[in-house]
Amino acid sequence: MSTHSIEPHSHHEGASHDGHDHGSYKSYITGFVLSVILTAIPFALVMTGGLESRALTAVIVIAFAVVQILVHMVYFLHMNSRSDEGWTMMSMIFTVVVVVIMLAGSLWVMYHLNTNMMPQMDHNQMQGFGS
Amino acid sequence: MSTTAHPSAAATSYWETEPHHHPEGASTSLGFWVYLMSDCLMFAVLFAVFGVLGQSYAAGPGPKVLFDLTLVAINTAFLLVSSITFGFAMLAMYEGRQSRMQVWLAITLFFGLAFLAVELYEFHHLIEVGAGPQRSAFLSSFFALVGTHGLHVTFGSIWLVTMMVQIHRKGLIPANQRRMNCLSMFWHFLDVIWIGVFTFVYLLGMI
Repeated sequence: MSTHSIEPHSHHEGASHDGHDHGSYKSYITGFVLSVILTAIPFALVMTGGLESRALTAVIVIAFAVVQILVHMVYFLHMNSRSDEGWTMMSMIFTVVVVVIMLAGSLWVMYHLNTNMMPQMDHNQMQGFGS
Repeated sequence: MSTTAHPSAAATSYWETEPHHHPEGASTSLGFWVYLMSDCLMFAVLFAVFGVLGQSYAAGPGPKVLFDLTLVAINTAFLLVSSITFGFAMLAMYEGRQSRMQVWLAITLFFGLAFLAVELYEFHHLIEVGAGPQRSAFLSSFFALVGTHGLHVTFGSIWLVTMMVQIHRKGLIPANQRRMNCLSMFWHFLDVIWIGVFTFVYLLGMI
């Protein structure tokens, strides 16, 4: 006769055991210094006129932003895969997936709508349309 | 195995009938995180709108005429400094040093308000030169995106003042620590959104 004893669901005992990382002066200052560098470089790049190729400048600026967002996530928001049993990370991954689909989809669809628009959507030429 | 069930076997539960106990506030930080993620989606929509309409100047002024990158750099610095001072306030809270924490919170509030002042000055300047939100689709989406971020900073500042009063009156009780954790996430999240704003709106507009 096997009785499956059901363990009482053990929840976090206290704030310090739920995998939340509080950071330290060192981690905050590291994050701050990295952020300052990652902000200053793209600003300096654009304010001094940018590179020859506009596209390359744009790619570099966006790359710095992505890295800086990651720095903020790690050093300021203390993201890790342990807090709240991984649900923080899971909800963030879900959000990132939705955001990417939404942004890429909107820009793609609207770009094609713009380029495939009838060439002369001019109000002067629409006079008499339907009248 | 006997067919006559033992009395205790009948009581074997395969599911929990008693609602299990959650310590107060155990899921607050996760819940607040989910709120921030939904807020993130809202900002993503505003970014998408700006991405679509950002080139539609309606023969009006474009970013190169309107934006002043020095002002944006100052604003970015304000927000970044307020982020680290908030971090120091949180560290002081974990050390239980209340007055030190209040000082850091006051500094954070100062930089938050400085950010808002510069942003309001910029908006005022734009509207004054005739580049208000009604001028073109570009400016409508610009004001919607940057204005929503500014509104978040405004409410964050109001929340910050509320917490300073709460902590002054009640001390560092667990409820206040929990609230401060949420506000900390909110404040750093706004800084992350600002990275997107200054990159996609200001820097890419000025290239």
